[in-house]
Amino acid sequence: MKPAPFEYHAPETIADAVGLLAQHGDDAKPLAGGQSLVPLLSLRLTRFDHLVDLNKIGALSGISRDNGHVVIGAMTRHRAVELDPSIATSVPMLAAAMPWIGHFQIRNRGTIGGSIAHADPAAELPAVAAALDAELEITSKSGVRRVAAADFFQGTFMTAIDTGELLTAARFPVWGKGSGFAFTEFARRSGDFAIAGVGVGLEATGGKITRAAIAFMGMGPVPVRATDAEKALLGVSIASLDAAAVARVAVGATDPTGDVHASAANRTKIATHLAEQALTRAASNAAANA
Amino acid sequence: MSEVTVHMSVNGTARRGRVEPRKTLADFLREDCVATSVHLACEHGVCGACTVIVDGVASRSCLMFAVQADGASITTAEGLANPDGSLGIVQDAFRQCHGLQCGFCTPGFVVSVTAFLQENADPSLEEIREGIAGNLCRCTGYQGIIKAVQHAAATMAGTPTAMTTSTEGN
Repeated sequence: MKPAPFEYHAPETIADAVGLLAQHGDDAKPLAGGQSLVPLLSLRLTRFDHLVDLNKIGALSGISRDNGHVVIGAMTRHRAVELDPSIATSVPMLAAAMPWIGHFQIRNRGTIGGSIAHADPAAELPAVAAALDAELEITSKSGVRRVAAADFFQGTFMTAIDTGELLTAARFPVWGKGSGFAFTEFARRSGDFAIAGVGVGLEATGGKITRAAIAFMGMGPVPVRATDAEKALLGVSIASLDAAAVARVAVGATDPTGDVHASAANRTKIATHLAEQALTRAASNAAANA
Repeated sequence: MSEVTVHMSVNGTARRGRVEPRKTLADFLREDCVATSVHLACEHGVCGACTVIVDGVASRSCLMFAVQADGASITTAEGLANPDGSLGIVQDAFRQCHGLQCGFCTPGFVVSVTAFLQENADPSLEEIREGIAGNLCRCTGYQGIIKAVQHAAATMAGTPTAMTTSTEGN
């Protein structure tokens, strides 16, 4: 239950961090909040010769606005996002997802970037990033590139981050007036990894839905967007939304596997129910925001 | 791998040590600082028995390396006692309300509850349940722990009345 030995690096700038990652290649791993990486190291499920601790890089923390996006530095703690009142109005789905992440002790240390880069299929933030078409900012020695969430999550624990690259920020689009959001999930025990979860965003103009986003977590190796259901929602009256019917279509986009916690059929049932709840709440929030 | 020197304040006492970078904060506190209230059960962040306060926020000490806490100020359950050595408010509430049986999880609980009540001095029952969800207890069934949190909150608010009727007969 102790990690294998490693060389510890604590750079104070992004440039130094990506320099170390370039120098040590696949033998190096960035250490963010450590709430997922340290257990993996302690259980010896993984090991690295070099850990590049990002906790001393002040430039990686903070929440700002840029060109219709809320930009969250990769090392911003979950708790900081949870307690920032501006997030509840600018990116409500993110605010709704935060309390579901672990426990407050975990959120005190865990980071936005760490969670997204870890890409656990049962985690909340990858689903939120996928639902909102967030852009992930990846930095290396050769510069900065932005990757759409749809291209970022490539498989269980697999992302578009290449050797020598570092996730430095996540950019969440701010939706307009008439938008409403919801996020919900089901776990057997509060704070555990969810059996299934869903984030929903709806935007309506003149009572008709003009924009819809539905993303499931825990229902496949990567967050699953329910694109057929999203398309079917366009033009529908938000007041007469048949959430149960849309939820059934939405969950058709998923192909979950069973495990010790829940069979595939049970997951599908739970996800359908959660989607119905989230669609209803998002519609109600959108109507209130009209 | 080479050892590094770390300095930190543990319950108000300056501590210095030489550690391998892979040594967790929990192991450093237990082995080098004699803060043996820091209990290790799961060692991967699930059980909460190793919870300590790092620079004001409750954290899992098994999920941090000691080297990361260089320069930090740490409070463990030992640091929650009154200066004269008597039990602090949260510790005493656990004793009064039968918030423990075997006691293994208790240090983590009293640290978490102390941090929780600092942010929410008058929590609802639902908020208390959420607040203690990050700590596991295999003995009590949590009812005595919930009463202890209510009692500690009332004591801090200067109205310690709820406890007397709630300590018996879980």
